[in-house]
Amino acid sequence: MRPVLSVEQVYKYFGGVRANENISMQVEQGSIVGLIGPNGSGKTTLFNSIVGTHPIDKGSIKFENKEVSTLPIPVIAKLGLLRTFQQTRIYGKLNCIDNMRISAKPAKDNLFSVFSTIPVELSDKAENLLNFVGLYQKRKLRAGDLSFGQQKLLELAMALMNEPKMLLLDEPTAGINPTLINGIIDRLIKVNKEFGITLLVIEHNMRVIMSLAQKIFCLAHGELIAEGAPEKIKNDKRVINAYLGAQ
Amino acid sequence: MNQKIILYLCLLAFGIAAPFLFPAFKLQISIMWILVVLSLTWDVQGGQMGYNTFGNIMFFGLGMYICSSFQIGLFFPLAEWTASGGEKTFVHTPTQFFQGFFIGLILAAIIPAIVAAIIGYGILGLRGHYFAICTLGLGIAAGEFAGGIELVGAGQGMTSPPWPKGIGDTELRSEFFYYICFLLMVFTFLFLRWAYSTRFGLVLNAIRDNEDKAEAMGINTMRYKITGWVVSAFFVGMAGGLMGNMIGYIEPVETAFAGRTFGVFMVLMAILGGKGTLWGPVIGAIAFHIFKEGFWTFFLGWQYVALGALIVVVVIFFPEGIMGWLREKYPERFGEIIDEEDRKAQVELK
Ligand SMILES: Nc1ncnc2c1ncn2[C@@H]1O[C@H](COP(=O)(O)OP(=O)(O)OP(=O)(O)O)[C@@H](O)[C@H]1O
Ligand SMILES: [Mg+2]
Repeated sequence: MRPVLSVEQVYKYFGGVRANENISMQVEQGSIVGLIGPNGSGKTTLFNSIVGTHPIDKGSIKFENKEVSTLPIPVIAKLGLLRTFQQTRIYGKLNCIDNMRISAKPAKDNLFSVFSTIPVELSDKAENLLNFVGLYQKRKLRAGDLSFGQQKLLELAMALMNEPKMLLLDEPTAGINPTLINGIIDRLIKVNKEFGITLLVIEHNMRVIMSLAQKIFCLAHGELIAEGAPEKIKNDKRVINAYLGAQ
Repeated sequence: MNQKIILYLCLLAFGIAAPFLFPAFKLQISIMWILVVLSLTWDVQGGQMGYNTFGNIMFFGLGMYICSSFQIGLFFPLAEWTASGGEKTFVHTPTQFFQGFFIGLILAAIIPAIVAAIIGYGILGLRGHYFAICTLGLGIAAGEFAGGIELVGAGQGMTSPPWPKGIGDTELRSEFFYYICFLLMVFTFLFLRWAYSTRFGLVLNAIRDNEDKAEAMGINTMRYKITGWVVSAFFVGMAGGLMGNMIGYIEPVETAFAGRTFGVFMVLMAILGGKGTLWGPVIGAIAFHIFKEGFWTFFLGWQYVALGALIVVVVIFFPEGIMGWLREKYPERFGEIIDEEDRKAQVELK
């Protein structure tokens, strides 16, 4: 039971906005962990802090026992800690296959590999993963022409293409039609069990997060107000209050 | 595939035969190849990577000064040459001329490339308009700076070494420069064609489409941005060195750091032909050169007005350039066979 990610007393302010205050959380190797909280409670901010989008004001973030809070974004990603975006980010003018091909980790990554050829086998791997998220038929379309929900699925596939150790997913089921949601849950469990990727998932859909996560953290007003198993969180007074708007 | 090879061979044959087919236009066509190089290399940043740069002209001027300075300085005291309109006092033997020319040309590529790496490290972290404005400033500053250096003739400029006596006439001279220009263009094209097929090309496009995403996926985008600029500077610098030799006279703001002419042209040509494509900048440069020469011949006095009108028409009616327009009309010719079935298909997860 060793934590792969450990966040200790992290603070992040935007001017007067206390986006994150004294957040501490541990994510165990190989687990699926949920991160919930009302809109504006600081979930995305915490993701941004973890992957190095902005410097934190105080605290420490360790990935595999290595301090990452001062490292630049691509370096953290290369350690195997990847995230997807709440507002999708894809390469709009490239087709889905190319989006996937460029997402794979290159075999060598130095000044001389700038002009390396992209291995042909990657196209097969890309097609398999697109199939895995249900986008096989869309593979030749420009990513920018996909719908929001489809782009969410593409982003997931792109992240998997990179073979990360841990994946931070920012609302993976947002904008996806209800008939597909069970499929996504099933895929995420497979990602965790079969690909061995630790997952930290932000989710507003309670049914999804309750059936996915082994442990859930709940934020409100930038502070951690509860943590524990799904059943415990479901019945936690503070969590219910935070969602219903009472203090 | 075969069709493509035939097309390439025809173009190659045209390029080789052109000085004999159109002997009166040798210099014009040489300059056209230089323009193709400028437009192709501008597109590395402006098109493929989505970073509008107005600074590439800096490498052009730098290459021009470096080439001539070494051509002269290797054999004669440079300061005396520029002070005295030196080509009258000092005369290159043919061997000196060609030695100097090739060494100068190579340095005119390498030194700007190094400068691009250094400046790029400093400013390629800027995004969008900030980068564009910064490069604009650098381009202008470079001209002012060169205009202040006595050694290269300051604001007066300097002459590049004249064609050596005793080895043929001006015809031979223009043929010689023609083929060097053509060779440079072909080499630039083939290099970029290859580079775009590697990881480099895909990463540039990824940066254009969403740089934050590329970084979040672990791509060291800075490395690719700098490499791209180094590549551009290399070829632009060499083009500058050649141009200085062809026109024979280097003036800081009019010919070398010519932001108002070549600096603007390289952007227009790439946009006219179609940004972010391999052939767009080539077609754009050729079309632009023909239009421009036509305007200068038929609308003398109004040439810049006509050129301005052309730009307006292009931006309004062909925002994606000639290649973009063709692509829209004949997508199947570009290997973009979009099946309506695929577009409509429902996503299923079973
Ligand atoms: N870059 C920023 N600059 C200033 N304020 C910010 C910035 N990013 C986030 N905030 C503020 O921090 C707070 C937390 O925002 P955050 O996006 O982390 O919420 P969230 O929990 O992800 O919400 P949602 O569920 O709506 O996505 C909000 O008040 C937001 O306005
Ligand atoms: Mg959010």
